Amino acid sequence: MADGYNKPIPIPQPESDNYWEGAKAGELRLRKCDDCNQAYFYPRNICPECGNNNTSWIVASGNAKIHTFAIVHRPPHPGFMDDVPYVPAIVELEEGPRMATQIINVEADPSVISIDMAVKVVFESITDEISLPKFEPA
Amino acid sequence: MPVMDKLKAISGSIAIVGVAESDNIGRVPEKGPMELHAEAGRNALADAGIDKSEVDGVFTAGYSTYDIAEYMGITPHFTDSTSVGGSSFVIHIAHAMAAIAAGYCEVALITHGESGRSNRARAGGNPGLAGAQYEAPYGIMGAPIGYSLAANRYMHQYGEDRTREAMANIAVSTRKWANMNEKAYFYDTPMSFDEYHDSRWVSWPFHLPDCCLVTDAGAAIVITSAERAKSTKKGGVNVLGVAEGHDHSVLHQMPDLTRTWGRHTGPQALEMAGLSHDDLDLAMIYDSFTYTVLATLESLGFCGPGEGPDFVADQRTAPGGDFPLNTSGGGLSYTHPGMYGIFTVVEAVRQLRGETGQRQLDTCELAMAHGTGGTLSSTGTVILARD
Repeated sequence: MADGYNKPIPIPQPESDNYWEGAKAGELRLRKCDDCNQAYFYPRNICPECGNNNTSWIVASGNAKIHTFAIVHRPPHPGFMDDVPYVPAIVELEEGPRMATQIINVEADPSVISIDMAVKVVFESITDEISLPKFEPA
Repeated sequence: MPVMDKLKAISGSIAIVGVAESDNIGRVPEKGPMELHAEAGRNALADAGIDKSEVDGVFTAGYSTYDIAEYMGITPHFTDSTSVGGSSFVIHIAHAMAAIAAGYCEVALITHGESGRSNRARAGGNPGLAGAQYEAPYGIMGAPIGYSLAANRYMHQYGEDRTREAMANIAVSTRKWANMNEKAYFYDTPMSFDEYHDSRWVSWPFHLPDCCLVTDAGAAIVITSAERAKSTKKGGVNVLGVAEGHDHSVLHQMPDLTRTWGRHTGPQALEMAGLSHDDLDLAMIYDSFTYTVLATLESLGFCGPGEGPDFVADQRTAPGGDFPLNTSGGGLSYTHPGMYGIFTVVEAVRQLRGETGQRQLDTCELAMAHGTGGTLSSTGTVILARD
């Protein structure tokens, strides 16, 4: 954990322990409904589509494309004061679901980043328990 | 699905008989949010000429109704703390209609109060919710960032330049209305297109004037049966159509970032009222951001997907234009304490009564008030008619 990390830190819940353990191990784990045969995000034991609990975990490829992004100039929280401008985004995973994230290792400039740009997951360790899946240009 | 025959049977069965803000809105550090609720509630009851002792239904959001009712000294027989963001207070009108029609209560009081600018308490979230685990750690917190993410998707689909021009049109036209409302935060502050385009970024693609104000304010609404409304001080503004709902909570779960739940509530409320879009004289549409208006106009069905920029072009929504929109100056330029939805109703009622002075529309017999809550998550729509 970087000293003085003062951004919001996820508190894993019973249905998301495996997701966060996966991220710490360098895996992006998704829930998949074995009745719908469709992966979904965020992790829930009961499929939000069909309502059945015949669900399992899969490991996502980490490949995605940018569904949308923004460039934050005014920090919403003191923890992001030194980060602006930064790039929050929603990405669409190869397996189908969308998730919120940040695009990193790229210039925070709308002429450089574009919607549909290919990105891949990278894991940023923020505490001993938590690594955040972020994305960088593929 | 809503049962239209049953809804039509109660169309026009209730009326809004009182509306008010708190004594002061804008910067009000000397009063807390509970006091803003109570003050607005007292003012709205005075506007209706109804005594507090007659209130038997209480509705609020952001607080539990028992906190507000206790503070005001009300002991209701019907209580509703439905809290789905800024649309809640519009949705409460639908719930008041159901409650009054079913006989649960006769006089409904909806209150709102927030010290968005001066609040001394820090909001705490539930760490188990999706936003805390899957958005906040990435700095996706607060409304401007979420809404700007949605706006950029719209730009991608429908063109950056025309989207930008539409957002500028909405910001500038709304400011012109505020310049005609002495209660508006920006009453004395005009804004040109150049000033819009030259302003600083908050979260690209949003300039500062794309974002609503953060103020202190309260507002309240008093509702009773259309029958009983006839004997109140100012008579009633009839509620002809209501609709509500939501399709997500956190932004990344939103099915289509360019379409709000207004796609259901606009058509439902109008059908219940037996009206079409063209019948309306005024649209009060929650403008948390310029983009909210753009996406909402399309979702409600005033125009098709991607047609919003043409719909609002050439200051059509400004004073003197043929589509009066947000005549109070809206959340962008009048007031926005956090959950602004109730103020869309306050202004619509005043326009329908002919009480809005220099900004009064020449003709205002039918109006829509529309709230949005969360991160484009929930919507509530009401259709109001002068009796």
